[in-house]
Amino acid sequence: MAKLNMVKALNLALLQEMERDPDVLVIGEDVGVDGGVFRVTEDLHRKFGGTRVMDSPLAEAGIIGASVGMALYGLKPVCEIQFSGFAFQCFHQMENHVARYRMRTQGRFGCQMVVRMPYGGGVRALEHHSESEEQFYAHIPGLKMVIPSGPRNARALLAAAIRDPDPVIFFEAKALYHAAKEDVPDEIETIEIGRAHVDRAGKDLTLVAYGAMVRMAREAADRLHEEDGTLIEIVDLLTISPLDRETLTASVRKTGRAVVVHEAPKSFGPGAEIATSIMEGAFLSLEAPIRRVTAHDVPFVGFARERANLPDVPRIVDACRETLSF
Amino acid sequence: MRENGPAAMPRTIIEPQFTIEHLSILDSDGNLDSALDPRIPPEELQRLYRAMLLARHFDERMLRLQRQGRIGTFAPIKGQEAAQLGSVATLRRTDWMVPSFRETASMLWRGWSMEKLLLFFSGYLEGGRPEPEQHDLPICIPVATQLPHAVGLAYAAQYRGDDAVVMAYCGDGATSEGDFHEAMNFAGVWHVPVVFIVQNNQWAISIPLKKQTHSRTIAQKALAYGFPGLQVDGNDVLAVYAASREAVERARRGDGPTLIECVTYRLGVHTTSDDPTKYRSTEEVEAWERKDPLTRFRAYLQTRNLLEPGLEEAVDAEIARGVQAFEAAGPPDPLTVFDHAYGNPPAEIAAQRAAMAARLGHAPQPDAGPPPSPPMRGQRRSWPS
Repeated sequence: MAKLNMVKALNLALLQEMERDPDVLVIGEDVGVDGGVFRVTEDLHRKFGGTRVMDSPLAEAGIIGASVGMALYGLKPVCEIQFSGFAFQCFHQMENHVARYRMRTQGRFGCQMVVRMPYGGGVRALEHHSESEEQFYAHIPGLKMVIPSGPRNARALLAAAIRDPDPVIFFEAKALYHAAKEDVPDEIETIEIGRAHVDRAGKDLTLVAYGAMVRMAREAADRLHEEDGTLIEIVDLLTISPLDRETLTASVRKTGRAVVVHEAPKSFGPGAEIATSIMEGAFLSLEAPIRRVTAHDVPFVGFARERANLPDVPRIVDACRETLSF
Repeated sequence: MRENGPAAMPRTIIEPQFTIEHLSILDSDGNLDSALDPRIPPEELQRLYRAMLLARHFDERMLRLQRQGRIGTFAPIKGQEAAQLGSVATLRRTDWMVPSFRETASMLWRGWSMEKLLLFFSGYLEGGRPEPEQHDLPICIPVATQLPHAVGLAYAAQYRGDDAVVMAYCGDGATSEGDFHEAMNFAGVWHVPVVFIVQNNQWAISIPLKKQTHSRTIAQKALAYGFPGLQVDGNDVLAVYAASREAVERARRGDGPTLIECVTYRLGVHTTSDDPTKYRSTEEVEAWERKDPLTRFRAYLQTRNLLEPGLEEAVDAEIARGVQAFEAAGPPDPLTVFDHAYGNPPAEIAAQRAAMAARLGHAPQPDAGPPPSPPMRGQRRSWPS
């Protein structure tokens, strides 16, 4: 057991998966000698060499496209896209090929690969370094979309993603990289992909969040408990797609109310799918409309105005109170 | 400027003038430049001609099937048989072939059955499934996006210590795509065993080569990525074979990638939905018809007395059997749409499958019978109404 931040925890998952499976390799921009711009791949190049920890040319479609070829051959590439804002330069490879190869070849080939990307705001970064684009991947059949919320589940989910036969898009919240340390066991640990986690049990309202917004949800729940005495249940999705409708439904059947929080813009975002799924599964238990606390429907606003755009604790608290008093 | 400043730095030439070779061995009339004869064994020459004839006749048959509404849209290969077969014939079974969407001849050579190809162009994904031991990727429709896959396959082969070579196809239009350049760059930097075959057939739908690139050749693009590029007469099967054999050997011995530009011509339509009379002249097409790859190879084999009697009939009978096998395929089972979406399918897939199964229990199968959409341009509906 060691106290690790998310960067170190992800690094541990990569190290251990590479040690146990020679087909796992790491590819991306600056992931080798430099250890990645966020240091997630630190030291792997020294341990495994440049053939397995590959500093690629600066070309996202090349990284993902070549990784498709490697995966078709039977290797298990773990790709790093330096920032999720740059992934549109390889989006076609993910949508056209990574997601579809198994279907296209009727099971003859699959793309067992992971695409890791830092995402999200709150770190005072430039355009293309702060956005949340999980909805695009979550909408693509054939892909799985995972977003951990802390060091321990990040490590366990990354190990599971590497072993999953399906391609996994793995978003890492930059705001969480160095945010907190957690006890992470030395022995390998995995979390089943497709399972949400009840982060905190409650009875009055279900707050659905993932990634960096889980932290925000906890703060909001604390404040609501202190000021109003309400008991909020927090569901941490962990996997965005496939969505764990069962856990969501079970929670809302108990609480009767739900608020969804995400950093992606509101319209046609994950909140719409989450709310609809709750409505389908727990309609007769609902006491109030499901509210969404999200970024506004505007393009990147610049980090000077980022706080006005992204969900924060007061907005979540207000949405919960409105839902509770409906 | 200061009088006692540093001396002027002369511009120095660090890359000498490059050269691009063009290889041609058989002329349009089938005359051989014997100094360049690749000395292909006679049986192999016969096998090549048979494959070219089969590909030509199958292509023509597919066009009729499409016009009759018996298969959907496809991209005919007429005129490109030598470029495809001269190259693919230099591969071993254990090597990898990465097609784009106009490689019917290469695919037939690699063992794709006519039945499967017809199924593919009738909307059955079964037609795109390589056999378990077959080292081919399926047809890839988004232009140039298959090329990075070829580089990744080649990297993986090298990683595993296999001596496999990867041959990847694209057309002249693909050389404008970013993925073409990224693949070439990765191949050069990684020094992987891959051979790029560019079938420069002069037209990307309606866009002629001169609107596609300002380079004099496509072959020279390879030089910028640090590996050899060669131009060949793509309608000369011996030239394509000789160049490909050399490139495959180079790749196999660890000397990296090669690009071969096969100068050829799409004698037919881009796809069966295209009308080329809108953008190119009959004279141009007729000029290329005189350079037909089959005519010249046939003339050459004739002089060597290698033409097999009854070949046309044998090839047509084989095609008839392929079409028959295709037409015997039963209607698709709608429930199988869920089978290969995921290796480890989520609960939602099971739920959607169950809902469809329940619906099918009391309703006609939605996919049985003729396609409900109106025919594409040039397609005649032959289904009974």
